[in-house]
Amino acid sequence: MKKLITLTVNGKSHEVAVEPNETLTDTLRYRLGLTGTKKGCEVGDCGSCTVVMDGKPVNSCLVLAMQAAGRTIETIEGMETEKGLHPLQEAFVEKGAIQCGFCSPGMILSGKSLLEKNPNPSEAEIRGAISGNLCRCTGYQKIVEAIQSVKSE
Amino acid sequence: MSRFNVINSRARRIDTPDKATGRAVFIDDMSLPGMLYGALVQSPVAHARIVGIDASAAAKLPGVKDIVTAKEAGMIKYGVSPARYDETLFCHDKVRYVGDEIAAVAAVDREIAQEAVSLIKVEYEELPAVFTVEEAMAAGAPQLHDEYPGNVCAEVHQEFGDVEKAFAECDLIRTTTFKNKRQDAAFIEPMGCIAAYDLSGRLTLYSSTQVPHYVQRTVAMVLGLDVGRVRVVKPYVGGGFGIKAAANSGEMAASLLSKRTGRPVKLTYSREQVFMFGRARHGFAHTMTTGVKKDGTLMALKHECYLDGGAYSSFGIATVYYAGSLLGGPYRLPNMKYDGFRVYNNKPACGAQRGHGGVAARAAWEQQLDMIAEELSIDPVDLRLKNMMQAGDTTCNDLNMSSLGMEECIEAVKDGSGWTSKKGKLPKGKGIGMACGFFVSGAGYPIYRSDTYHGTVVIKLTEDGGTALVYTASAEIGQGSDTTFAMIAAEALGVPLSSVRLASGDTDMGVDLGAYSSRQTLMTGHAVKEAAEDVKAQVLDVMADELDVPADKMDIKDGKIVFTAGDVDISALRTRYIKEHRGWIDNIEEGPLTFKEASRIAYLARGSIVGTGKYKPPELGGKFKGAAVGTSPAYGCSAQVVEVEVDMETGHIKIEKMTDAHDCGLAINKTSVEGQMHGSLSMGLGEALYEEVKFDEKGRVINSDLAEYKIPTSLDMPNVDTIIVESDEPNGPFGAKEVGEGAIMPTIPAILNAVYDATGVRIFELPLTPERVYMALKKAKKKNA
Ligand code: FES
Ligand code: FES
Repeated sequence: MKKLITLTVNGKSHEVAVEPNETLTDTLRYRLGLTGTKKGCEVGDCGSCTVVMDGKPVNSCLVLAMQAAGRTIETIEGMETEKGLHPLQEAFVEKGAIQCGFCSPGMILSGKSLLEKNPNPSEAEIRGAISGNLCRCTGYQKIVEAIQSVKSE
Repeated sequence: MSRFNVINSRARRIDTPDKATGRAVFIDDMSLPGMLYGALVQSPVAHARIVGIDASAAAKLPGVKDIVTAKEAGMIKYGVSPARYDETLFCHDKVRYVGDEIAAVAAVDREIAQEAVSLIKVEYEELPAVFTVEEAMAAGAPQLHDEYPGNVCAEVHQEFGDVEKAFAECDLIRTTTFKNKRQDAAFIEPMGCIAAYDLSGRLTLYSSTQVPHYVQRTVAMVLGLDVGRVRVVKPYVGGGFGIKAAANSGEMAASLLSKRTGRPVKLTYSREQVFMFGRARHGFAHTMTTGVKKDGTLMALKHECYLDGGAYSSFGIATVYYAGSLLGGPYRLPNMKYDGFRVYNNKPACGAQRGHGGVAARAAWEQQLDMIAEELSIDPVDLRLKNMMQAGDTTCNDLNMSSLGMEECIEAVKDGSGWTSKKGKLPKGKGIGMACGFFVSGAGYPIYRSDTYHGTVVIKLTEDGGTALVYTASAEIGQGSDTTFAMIAAEALGVPLSSVRLASGDTDMGVDLGAYSSRQTLMTGHAVKEAAEDVKAQVLDVMADELDVPADKMDIKDGKIVFTAGDVDISALRTRYIKEHRGWIDNIEEGPLTFKEASRIAYLARGSIVGTGKYKPPELGGKFKGAAVGTSPAYGCSAQVVEVEVDMETGHIKIEKMTDAHDCGLAINKTSVEGQMHGSLSMGLGEALYEEVKFDEKGRVINSDLAEYKIPTSLDMPNVDTIIVESDEPNGPFGAKEVGEGAIMPTIPAILNAVYDATGVRIFELPLTPERVYMALKKAKKKNA
């Protein structure tokens, strides 16, 4: 039986009918059309589905849509501003931190949450903050550089 | 200061703003009106006869639109190499591994499709199964394929020179055996596709693939459609590394279901299904005997290799050849004998993965060379330098090194790592090791025998002037090829990168063999360059007519027409252009004639300006059986130094530092070149330390997820020093060649050699888990006690 819930996503509130076993990833992707949140494993291993919920990065494939009811959710689509790319997105592009791009939305959101808590993180802190986001293409180095470059600005 | 305006720089990639914002569309982000969802019925047993299939309950489930089995799909055999087509879309007589496809369903949503799969009852009569090379080759072993007795899928026997005679002249001969394990590419985006068969009998297949061209041909063949009626379109792809370099059963099943239902069908793989499908790195067992002179001169290599192939051939025939042929260089090796066997068993098929066929062989040999260097008291760097080939040399198996910056690479990592101050001087538990390697810049021949071009490209100028549209069927899968080709087009045409728009990954745009064997930069790059030069010549030709200046006295640079024989009055042309553009805001009032003006005038004179380019390599390689595998118009090469710390109590290895130099010819986009080096090193590190696909006694993958199948995280990968070495490759566009796979070659052996330097113990089996290292240390301690 579907249930009607209210989700606040990127500052906008949505009423959606969801299945009791539906993951937040699927609700975002297939019901709200926010396909920037990726699905690499669906069991919490890869981090490609990372969204920020009530200020904390979470694997949205491990969150039921119903558990997200009433919470504030930020997805990659919420990061662009009227002025264009968010500085962290810009840094990812500029530093070559994106190859296939499948991990990038999750990576960028993990990086952004870190920078909000800790505007001046060390390399070890950056590596720790993205350790739940797997990337098979980049070897992480340029991702770390991208996050570092934003902190130093 | 570079002699180029666009290439040989650090360009912003044209695809990454979309990827940074979540706008980039990957396959599962797409949907089409009326779309159905497909799902596969896969065997739960490793080897069995199919007694019967009962789909009646599934057919009655509301929402199920179609069910297909071998009866509907037919029995057309396919595979990767036409020499070994050994698969059918669905099994009809028996299943050969856990995951073998038996049927597929299409339903109105994912859940119903899954439920229908569970309702399809397949009756099996289990057969004895074999899971290892040894079991499969034992006398009386159960057979997988009637056509391939003894379960030998392919064997190779080659000898170049005279190995035994050379051994008789050697001062030192050493034999070692080395094993890696089956690996998974672990790209983050699982495969998926949407097939849409339309009312005029045409199929459009959107798929997460590296090779739209081969998928087009395979799907057409299996479905019995004209190739011209099948169009394959690749959206953005979340990595492939070889596994997406051939058609998969999901693509064919979705296409069949769409053809029958008349509705689009989406079919995506779960992570577990990705592991079940396999097609990644083979398990290899190498036995190598190398003979040298006292002074370290390499004389001969005798090499025997067994490949754990799995249930079908996939890329395996090429793999078993590559495992031998890629040891022909980069050292001068006058005598080489190779015997390779690829063996079937009841596990998922293995295929191609980054560094196809050569990675484990390279690891085995580079470690052995280190052992030989030590016995001869020669520094491992010097042993390699002593034997290094030079640009222009040809290997004993007829691979020509038209450029080879190997020496520069070795010197660069030697200096960059501080080798001399560290080698042999680090405390116990810390070690340093080095290795080299090389790889093709594109396979010299297509996978099927053909005279086809390997890449064709069309560039069209927009009729308003000013924008060059590049159409290529090549595949951007993350490596940065779209940007590379836009850069090459801009450079060759003489316009800024911002004047180029590029569309790729669509079989309607031409022929391109795709993203495998590190071929695109060189091969597609040539075709792009030729098309851009064609367009440029046409524009200048029109200018020659209009301005009465010989075409060879003009050039296009940075979006401007340059007159090399003195000033030319362009005012009449400019006035015409401005008249064409009444009311526009971007008219040019003064300064040199622009490309935009010139291309508009060219359009007025000739209609749409379209240029074409094409590339295929010249005839390459020797005349012996299998001579094609390993040939390439050019070879990239790498040297690496790795430093490790090994916990002598627990066997835990920490990679502290990696220094990598790669000769990619002229680097088109330096940032992307480094990106490929970083990615290669990271994958090599994972394969060296953690990665192994494991099976239970029934042939089921037991670590079919990214928690249990561990790949490097941000905490495992150190920062690495990447040094780009640029030789001038005569066969590459602007001198460019590969980087995507050559860079992984030295990683594993450099780690092995560093671990030995740290511990004094050689380990001949991967991965180097703490347990394996601990046991090796313990055994050594006992022996010494
Ligand atoms: S899809 Fe959620 S962690 Fe992988
Ligand atoms: S860029 Fe491909 S997985 Fe990170």
